[in-house]
Amino acid sequence: MRAVCWQGVHKVGIEEVPDAHLINPRDAVIKVRKAAICGSDLHLYDGYVPGMMRGDILGHEFMGEVVETGPGVTNLAPGDRVVVPFPISCGNCFFCEQEMYSLCENSNPNARLAEKFWGHSPCGIFGYSHLLGGYAGGQAEYVRVPFADVGPLKIPDTMSDEQALFLSDILPTGYMAAENCNIQQGDTVAVWGCGPVGLFAIMSAKLLGATRVIAIDRFPERLNLAHRAGAETINYEEMDTLDTLREWTGGRGPDACIDAVGMEAHMHGVQGTYDKVKQALRMETERPGVLRECIQACRNGGTISVPGVYGGLADKIPLGAVVNRALTIKSGQTHVQRYMKPLLARIENGEIDPTMIITHRVGIEDVPDAFAMFRNKEDDCVKVVVNMAS
Amino acid sequence: MAASLAQQAPLDRSLGWFSVGLGMAEILAPRTLGRVIGVGDQSNVLRMCGVREVVSGVGLLSGRAPAAFTMSRVVGDVMDLALLGASLRSPEANPTRVAAAATAVAGVAALDLYASKVELQSSMAEAEQEVPVHVSLMINSPPEEVYQFWRKLENLPRFMSYLESVTELDQRRSEWSARMPGGVQLRWQSEIVEDQPGRLLSWRTIDGSEINHVGSVRFDPAPDGNGTQIRVEVYYGMPGGSAAVKAAELVSMAPEAMVSADLRRLKQLIETGEIATTRGQPTGKRSILGRALSKGES
Repeated sequence: MRAVCWQGVHKVGIEEVPDAHLINPRDAVIKVRKAAICGSDLHLYDGYVPGMMRGDILGHEFMGEVVETGPGVTNLAPGDRVVVPFPISCGNCFFCEQEMYSLCENSNPNARLAEKFWGHSPCGIFGYSHLLGGYAGGQAEYVRVPFADVGPLKIPDTMSDEQALFLSDILPTGYMAAENCNIQQGDTVAVWGCGPVGLFAIMSAKLLGATRVIAIDRFPERLNLAHRAGAETINYEEMDTLDTLREWTGGRGPDACIDAVGMEAHMHGVQGTYDKVKQALRMETERPGVLRECIQACRNGGTISVPGVYGGLADKIPLGAVVNRALTIKSGQTHVQRYMKPLLARIENGEIDPTMIITHRVGIEDVPDAFAMFRNKEDDCVKVVVNMAS
Repeated sequence: MAASLAQQAPLDRSLGWFSVGLGMAEILAPRTLGRVIGVGDQSNVLRMCGVREVVSGVGLLSGRAPAAFTMSRVVGDVMDLALLGASLRSPEANPTRVAAAATAVAGVAALDLYASKVELQSSMAEAEQEVPVHVSLMINSPPEEVYQFWRKLENLPRFMSYLESVTELDQRRSEWSARMPGGVQLRWQSEIVEDQPGRLLSWRTIDGSEINHVGSVRFDPAPDGNGTQIRVEVYYGMPGGSAAVKAAELVSMAPEAMVSADLRRLKQLIETGEIATTRGQPTGKRSILGRALSKGES
């Protein structure tokens, strides 16, 4: 089968690899119909996530058709059209029982490695480094899905592939980011980064009752989408973010701030140079400019929600502000399985149109170029969907 | 455990001097050596390899923990082969010379592996029980069930990775067989010392075994009342005592790591009915280093 493989920094390629097959009893094999390139794949592409190896098959956003199931999978049958959540979760452990699926204790075969980096191990994830299990991902013609009796969700016939695809990651991720803000009637929520997760966070914050959502980015096409999703916008290349937020909130600051940017924030000035140099020298793994700004901007006693990906160590986080101004920071890989059904219902009844963010549709052979385009924000690229059937 | 130079196996002594000689050459004349073996100017890498060689060599010649130091040479050989392979991508590399160097390393590696097997087998049996291992893990299943699973000793090879078989001879005695990294086969008999159903099991190896240890496993109810806090304590006879444990840690076969990985697999088996793995899944083309690394992956 053909698969998108990580071949090094800024190098992905289409390789012919052996077909995916069942390994464990609770596995299923899915013939992928649609996959997507995630903003977090760009952190792998840029080489900032540790534990990648040449030849790793990428992709954690995908949906398709069940072709084979192991003896432990009785709820799925060949032919079922399913969308697969990116966290691999057993459904039996302490965390899964509490619906904290991304913290599953049993799905990361390299848990010991993750413990060395992070103290404890989270769940395994498709195509997202050997720290998170080294599982082959879904940017491939076929993919093996472990614990298939727990993760994959059947898609109703009335729903298209593209409508369901983003239930795999970015829609639940944006939703959980908003939910983590503990939004009350009348709240103002500021969202840094109007990529797919930021846009879904904006829509979700509105759905959860935020009176006002302010979106921050520098790309006009993204700010445009944010505006369409119901946000007021700040182009930080034209306006000072902190000053504007202070002014728009009567000096108090937003009730909640969402960092939908993560480890490779674009920053101006001395701060930007400082982090670029330290990250290049591997003295820190992150350029946490947005997180710093969220903390500075947030109102006293407010919440900072971090769906953006960070991998290791960050410098100069203003912890003094967190302590003295009683801020709450919430984060985590998304417990996708918890949100899939309710969000599917919201798509069905028209509250959310996930397809509005798609800007590019390509075949598998075009994926290497699409990575470069997405990374460099060329051609107003916001979201790339890969059609595997082509 | 210290042995004088005269008592040492001749093979160990030869490998020791070889290590020291090669190491000094790598440290003092990395450029010349780089040209000779065809990898071009890789001075820093060669100097680091040199330090490793000297440590292994001096260790071997000291006669302390020979099993650990011969094993360190095996690991070094694997590293060297991987680095030689990786060097081929450099434009300065001379493929013919690199191939010759790789053949030489492979030959030495065979000797090292042989020496390490002999050492490990002879020293496992005579070592004293001095390396304590304590590992604890929460399992989402009642103590009675976890105990039942463990007490059926035939289940143990399902989650203890190096174990080949356990045969219960009678209510108390059982026969064990394991294959360690590098293919070393170990056999021993053990007997149950204490058996409190649903709570505790302890055992010790019987004299004449190839590896000495005493151990116990406790099945305590978890504080929240759901599940079991399993606690394993083992006192191993490791060849070479704590120095060997340090060396073994480098190749991730330290007893603590081994027991903890085993318990994790037990937890997976009891909670999910299977053991999480990626072994056998498709991948794209790996680098030479990647192929060497992914061998150890489960």
